[in-house]
Amino acid sequence: MRLGDGVENQVSALLEVPQKIEISTKRRLSDRIFRGILIFGGTSSFFVLLAIFLYLVQRSLPVLKEFKFGFFTNSIWYSGDGFSASSGSADPANFGLLPMLYGSLLIAVIAMCIAVPISVALALGINFYLPKKLASSFTFIVDLSASIPSVVFGIWGLFVLVPHARYWAAVINHYFDWIPLFNVSFPSFDQSPFVAGLVLALMITPIVTSISREIFSQTPLDLIQAAYALGATRAAMIRTVVLPFGRGGIVGGAMLGLGRALGETVAVFFVLQLMYDKINFFRILESEGGSIASLIVARYGEATEFELAGLFGAGLALFLLTLAANFFAAFIINRSGKGKKS
Amino acid sequence: MSNPMSEEGSLLSPKRPWSQKSARKIIAAITPALIPFIAASILVKSTGLDGKAGFFLGWVVTSFLVVLIWPIIIRNSNGRGDLFLQNCIALSAVIFLSAVTWLLSSVLTPALKAFQFSLLTHDATTVGVDTPLNEGGLLHALLGSLVIVGLATLISVPFGLLAALYITEVRGRLVPYTRFFIQAMSGVPSIVAGLFIYAALIVTKVIPFTGFAGSLALAILMLPTVARTAEEVLRLVPDELRSAALALGGTQLRTVLLVVIPSAKTGLITAVILGVARVAGETAPLLLTAFGGNSVNLNPFSGTMATLPWYIFTQMTLGTDNDVARAWVAGLTLLILVSLFFVGARLLGRKGPGRR
Repeated sequence: MRLGDGVENQVSALLEVPQKIEISTKRRLSDRIFRGILIFGGTSSFFVLLAIFLYLVQRSLPVLKEFKFGFFTNSIWYSGDGFSASSGSADPANFGLLPMLYGSLLIAVIAMCIAVPISVALALGINFYLPKKLASSFTFIVDLSASIPSVVFGIWGLFVLVPHARYWAAVINHYFDWIPLFNVSFPSFDQSPFVAGLVLALMITPIVTSISREIFSQTPLDLIQAAYALGATRAAMIRTVVLPFGRGGIVGGAMLGLGRALGETVAVFFVLQLMYDKINFFRILESEGGSIASLIVARYGEATEFELAGLFGAGLALFLLTLAANFFAAFIINRSGKGKKS
Repeated sequence: MSNPMSEEGSLLSPKRPWSQKSARKIIAAITPALIPFIAASILVKSTGLDGKAGFFLGWVVTSFLVVLIWPIIIRNSNGRGDLFLQNCIALSAVIFLSAVTWLLSSVLTPALKAFQFSLLTHDATTVGVDTPLNEGGLLHALLGSLVIVGLATLISVPFGLLAALYITEVRGRLVPYTRFFIQAMSGVPSIVAGLFIYAALIVTKVIPFTGFAGSLALAILMLPTVARTAEEVLRLVPDELRSAALALGGTQLRTVLLVVIPSAKTGLITAVILGVARVAGETAPLLLTAFGGNSVNLNPFSGTMATLPWYIFTQMTLGTDNDVARAWVAGLTLLILVSLFFVGARLLGRKGPGRR
């Protein structure tokens, strides 16, 4: 009987339908709140960018309304008595941004012409030429010099570089006067786009270097070794494997450097003479240049309300310009990053 | 890498004929480096070039020529490209390093000459134009910088961390866009960030010129750096840890707070410090927001506030000898501050668990 009891108990225990456990994929409340906060944080950068754009547009409306598209295509910056012509001013202010826009691009391009070849060479050296230990300390130096504040570049540029650069510019002008690029109408050689370009080049070299270095270091090892196995020299390997693979990285890094160079303010402010009413197209040794960021720093202190609107418009132009450069850079870097996985 | 070579060494040890050093090879390697120096000295002596600047210019130009021509002279066609590239790399490394050294040494020299300890312990209330260096100092700017950057850190780190967590933990549909916008935000020019705060808050009279406004502008610049570095660190936390925590019944909140973040702690601190190093030297946004001042002001919510970059900027524009000397000292202080942060971040990052 005892035995029977035990069996019966066991059987009834087996027959007993276990309580249904609900497996739910519904998120718990805490998770939903948590995710909500994270989404808020994740989208914050978008909203900040949007807010920057909207505020700058709103603040620059008076100027945009007054000059329409001419604000971006005229060559003048005249504050007059600080009021617009449409408000019945006798000495109306007139603002056109083109020399500054062009000048910003010009010094950024000069900087890139100097910085990009040097950066690519440095990145190649770090990845493929220097021994490991030396390479990592070199990387450290490059990254450290990326964090040198721009105002330090400014003070160095003004007091140390400019006297030397004046001399270099004079020498270049003396021997290469016949190239329109190095021609000048007034040989002072101070505060020229050339000097600003030199300062900017030194500023963006670390950035472009570290981006190209990162992309180069992702070159698939099997491709590198295959090239070596086929008997390629190091230069041939770099030309046939690394550079085609890293092309996107170089272009992307250069665009990031361009964005940085366009937006640089203080360093350029000290070493560049602003010329508001005519465009200095290519004479890079002439002491006439333009830079939107420097324009803002130079003018905002004594600006009237209407001129302030003009400066906000300048900020808007700068913002859109750098945004375009960065979108382009991000697009290219992401694309080349995807290519490597396949 | 280098194997000791022996005549009767074992058969297995590879011979490396290319790494054997002979006198001819050493001379061939050193000569192209020497030629520019000799040529530059001759140029300085014989032509109109003069001084250090002339020597440097001559050196750069002849180096370029040597880099181009030397490989063609001494090598066969296979080795030519190799040597050419090698020379280019060496040349750019020398140019870059000498430029950076020049920058650093030219900050050090005048700064150390003008340095007095009293500069670090006084503010500028007693300083007029061209006051001697032993009166007044940059304490107000140093403290102002610390307060503003500290406050900016407090504002931007939560947002940056949340954005990074969104990318690595939620992995929702918006992730590619989030990364895209963070990248775009990292390219916002510093002056535009300042202009934005000026337009949105100061012109509209929400807040006056204060340290807080400066912090907000710096926070905008700091957020992308923090977010990107933090994202990279968080991605290194192995997924097994997350799965284990979830399998033990943890909610996602607890998984993140108790497992993911602690295991990436040092890396996250690195991210914060890199963000601080990024903005500590920013000048332009502070000109438009925190403005400046001559006395110590530790309250970021009232009154304008001086910062080191602003101090350098104004001292430079004043332009007398003593003012510029003060600017150099402030520049050196700022440089040391930023590099301390950067080196600290590197040391922490090296120790971090992510780098195993």
